[in-house]
Amino acid sequence: MTQPAAPLKTTALHSVHRRMGAKMVDFGGWEMPLQYSGILEEHAAVRSAAGLFDVSHMGEIEIHGPEAGALTDYVTTNSVAKLQTGQAQYSGLLYDHGGFVDDILVHKIANDLYFLCVNASNQEKDYQHIARANGFTASVDLASDRYTQLAVQGPRALATLQKLTATDLAAIRYYHFIDGRAAGLPARIARTGYTGEDGFEIYFAPEYSERLWTDILNAGEEFGIKPCGLGARNTLRLEAGMALYGHEIHSTITPFEAGLDWIVKLDKGEFIGRAALARQKGQGVTRKLIGFEMTGRGIGRDDYEVFLDNVPVGWVSSGCPSPTLKKNIGMCYLPAVQAKTGQRIQVVIRNQAVDAVTISMPFYKRDAIL
Amino acid sequence: MYPEDLHYTKQHEWVRLSGDVGAVGITDHAQKELGDIVYVDLPRVGAKVEQAKVMGSVESVKAVSDIYSPVSGEVIEINSALATAPEKLNESPHGDGWMVKIRLSVPTEIQGLLSAADYAKYVAEEEPGK
Repeated sequence: MTQPAAPLKTTALHSVHRRMGAKMVDFGGWEMPLQYSGILEEHAAVRSAAGLFDVSHMGEIEIHGPEAGALTDYVTTNSVAKLQTGQAQYSGLLYDHGGFVDDILVHKIANDLYFLCVNASNQEKDYQHIARANGFTASVDLASDRYTQLAVQGPRALATLQKLTATDLAAIRYYHFIDGRAAGLPARIARTGYTGEDGFEIYFAPEYSERLWTDILNAGEEFGIKPCGLGARNTLRLEAGMALYGHEIHSTITPFEAGLDWIVKLDKGEFIGRAALARQKGQGVTRKLIGFEMTGRGIGRDDYEVFLDNVPVGWVSSGCPSPTLKKNIGMCYLPAVQAKTGQRIQVVIRNQAVDAVTISMPFYKRDAIL
Repeated sequence: MYPEDLHYTKQHEWVRLSGDVGAVGITDHAQKELGDIVYVDLPRVGAKVEQAKVMGSVESVKAVSDIYSPVSGEVIEINSALATAPEKLNESPHGDGWMVKIRLSVPTEIQGLLSAADYAKYVAEEEPGK
């Protein structure tokens, strides 16, 4: 747990955010920009043009050595063996009981080097978890201090970033990456994101943070790029139906409950959490994540109770007004038998049961581009 | 910045008096802190409200905030435009973004509220380092 007196951690761009007038908040022990011009404006910029996010609070873990792949496969749910060099994969780190330690991105740099992007507040825990499981010829390194991470997201993200690199960005397929250069600096450029739009996540040395941040904003100016904060990041990922650690997933939630069956490869061989997941698959889950939209007046927010016929049955894991859809949306956990679309539910908003209905996710899907 | 003819609270509401009726809203400082306001929950016309008690709420994209009535009395009018245009609270917090009109039952309560100058000073002290 965070100690109350502990000073907030900051990214290499902290003074830039302050200077540019961002409203800063405490996000899991990090002082991060909540917003610059406003969540709605930033959200719209990402959906229609481009947005730039400082996501350097995210952690990086490197797994190196002859058995790096075997260790990575053993601690994650998705199939690392199937990953090609230059490919990235969404995956889960689980406890033996099948609950999440974290959700992560695994990048295969080489046969003997894997690069993990993990959640900011979990990085120390993730590192310890992997290091404890390391009975392989591999080393585990918490490398967060060596990386700044920027996300350029939106339909004009490619055009923006292309101005700063000789690498043909269009040739990088979704969930692939290259080690190249951006603004002349060595950078890992991955076609990944957390907004539901096309875009890139860029990893590079912290000492160049301000330069790349400024160059990207300048390059994107003609397209209407905006600096964005964590507020818009949350509404964007929620519209896209993406899970957030601490909300949709945590230590007592399994991937099957969170609707993340596709990141679990039970037949890939032994991995931490496999036995518990195999058991749950046999028995079936008792609760499940599903999307909803409010039909009554009100916003169903994180941790609000969910009722069905006046009986408490679940809770809202994340909820917000959807800037794109102009509806109030969210995700909630319901008993598995009721977690089907079209189910009428009530969300308890300040002691009042307000009508809602379950719907399928994602709430927002961009036009296919790849 | 803060109109001289308004009376302010430390919870960042204001009252504009006209006879024994006070129009009530939230301050420019409050709307800035909240960010984009997307939902406003107001009391009904005829509702009795009490000074410093919750009378409604406003929601930004990010969070919910209670609104405390700056005065006691009866709600005689609500700004129904806010139901479809909550952004008026951001755009014109001291004007078109008024929330309710209250017929004061204890007019002396006004004397306990802050002047524009005192409120501005209070806000400045509230955020050190900014």
